[in-house]
Amino acid sequence: MTERILTYAEAIREAIGQAMETDENVFMLGEDIGIYGGAFGVSGDLYQRFGKDRILDTPISELGIVGAAVGAALVGMKPIVEIQFSDFTAQAMDQIVNQAAKIHFMLGGELSVPLVLRAPSGSGTGAAAQHSQSLEAWFAHVPGLKVVMPSSPYEAKGLLLAALDDPNPVIFLEHKLLYKTSGHVPEEQYRIPLGTSNLVRTGKDLTLVASGVMVSRSLEAAESLKDSGVEIEVIDIRSLSPFDMGPINESILKTGKVMLVQEAPKHGGFMAEVAAQISEGPALFSLTEPIRRLCGMDVPIPYAPQLEKSVVPQLDDIIANALEVHRGS
Amino acid sequence: MTSINPLLAPDTGLISQHEPSASAALESLLSIRYFEEAVDGLFARGLMHGTMHLSIGQEAVATGVCAALRRTDFITSTHRGHGHCIAKGADLTRMMAELLAKQTGYCRGRGGSMHIADVETGNLGANGIVAGGIPIAAGAALAQKMKGKDNVVVSFFGDGATNEGAFHEAMNLAAIWDLPVIFVCENNKYGMSGSTEFSMKIDQISERAGSYGFPGVTVDGNDVDAVFEATKTAVERARAGKGPTLIECMTYRHKGHSKSDKNLYRTKEEIESWKAQDPIGRFEQKILEQGTLIQEQIDAIAEKARDSVRSAITEASEAPDSDPAELLSSVYREAK
Repeated sequence: MTERILTYAEAIREAIGQAMETDENVFMLGEDIGIYGGAFGVSGDLYQRFGKDRILDTPISELGIVGAAVGAALVGMKPIVEIQFSDFTAQAMDQIVNQAAKIHFMLGGELSVPLVLRAPSGSGTGAAAQHSQSLEAWFAHVPGLKVVMPSSPYEAKGLLLAALDDPNPVIFLEHKLLYKTSGHVPEEQYRIPLGTSNLVRTGKDLTLVASGVMVSRSLEAAESLKDSGVEIEVIDIRSLSPFDMGPINESILKTGKVMLVQEAPKHGGFMAEVAAQISEGPALFSLTEPIRRLCGMDVPIPYAPQLEKSVVPQLDDIIANALEVHRGS
Repeated sequence: MTSINPLLAPDTGLISQHEPSASAALESLLSIRYFEEAVDGLFARGLMHGTMHLSIGQEAVATGVCAALRRTDFITSTHRGHGHCIAKGADLTRMMAELLAKQTGYCRGRGGSMHIADVETGNLGANGIVAGGIPIAAGAALAQKMKGKDNVVVSFFGDGATNEGAFHEAMNLAAIWDLPVIFVCENNKYGMSGSTEFSMKIDQISERAGSYGFPGVTVDGNDVDAVFEATKTAVERARAGKGPTLIECMTYRHKGHSKSDKNLYRTKEEIESWKAQDPIGRFEQKILEQGTLIQEQIDAIAEKARDSVRSAITEASEAPDSDPAELLSSVYREAK
């Protein structure tokens, strides 16, 4: 069978289009998603295919947009909100955190907010401090939100279709550097269950845990260390909430060594939660080396390319740190 | 199960001019008043915990607005929301049970006074965040438009909310999309301790509608008829697909902002002058003068409202306390 190759952006668009064909309550709203096709080209031709009422262009009004999506979701619609950069969710935090996340619980359980909020996340594009953040830990800290970070085109389509089936608010963080990457994506609708971690590469010497763009970067590091005789296992945390420790514990029980790779700043990041859960779990005493966190520096993302690269783990950093953990130095 | 008789809109004329609509409105006004007085008393006696925000003095707004709505229309409410809830038809027993932290309460004890929602009567929820419900109302109205339904959505909020960004973003979206939403501002002169003179430079909040391109009106918020008339006009406009209206209802809360309020920011004279304009006293006087109802009918309605609140307290008190065992499983809705 020949592989059907789509980019990450195309895979997301295909999932949205298929969901809109299947369910008339699904619609999309966001800034410049109409004739412009979306800041990162994700909505593309959906405007031509589904029209202006279902691909709803909005003013620059993040709080209003997310609030409108919450209200529409409460009365039976399934909105997909596109926030142009994940940084701009800060403008809409009341609706995300105080409203969407809490309505089902706080109001007694009769109402729920089935919306998907998609937002491009991460650095690497020279867009500096207000257009490059990795804010997943904010959302993962709020009970009531689900948080997903697809690491490939295949993952993006399957996770988005699962998110659209979910009756709860899902924060869907896409990585900007992945939009133009490509990979095999089946045409049919398939779903990747939320709340599962994914073993993407097996190896016996060292476990790397990553999400988003750090998954492919970790895989690349693993590949290049193969020649040095180091066999690295890579686990993709594709769902931060709910979070699945199973494959991580299993892997550490086998390798005895773990490195957690994260683009976001180290302090208070999601990998701190992963480290804590490792230390509380069955794999703690199989560790032969301390847990290592390789994370972004605790600084805002800078503009200059050499500065930007220096604050976020690059391929060479992953390789060097992985070797250190492996050798116990 | 104790809810008020549904509010009625007269075919022609004003609520106060017809016996059925006047009776229903009076029952609503008095039920809200007695409910909140009872709650205030339970609180003072240490029988109710947490915090609450009473709308005593503002009952004509909830009553006049909801009289112009159908059961299938929606509302979003505020932290001062008991009146909206009751006027839209909520069950007093389940409301009281929620305030008394019971398992049978609207929110199973998870929300309390500030978070009551009632799906059956179209109440999408009170909100503890000032202006939080306004964009949600716009979204619910967007959904009505997308689904081709002629339901409207009313968003209640206070004067303080109109200085929040959420108010302005929601007003603008509702305007550009001609949404069937009615923005009802209960201007009770104070956002907690901050007076409207302190917090804004304009004379009337209704002026704010002009900058978004739709009508804004100011009405006497202590006059059920005036509130009803303005809402009726706005509802007709919204159902016809012509878009939103902002209605500013001038009113006053007799009680403090919440339990911590010592009333340091307003004078006794001011409070007394507004109590002399009490919406319930005015409505009773008007229907008596017009001969719509006689005193015995008014007394009977008052007795019924008192009984409803009493039995709500009795029934709610007997219910089991809310159950911590189900908390963790209640954060997310189960997928079908």
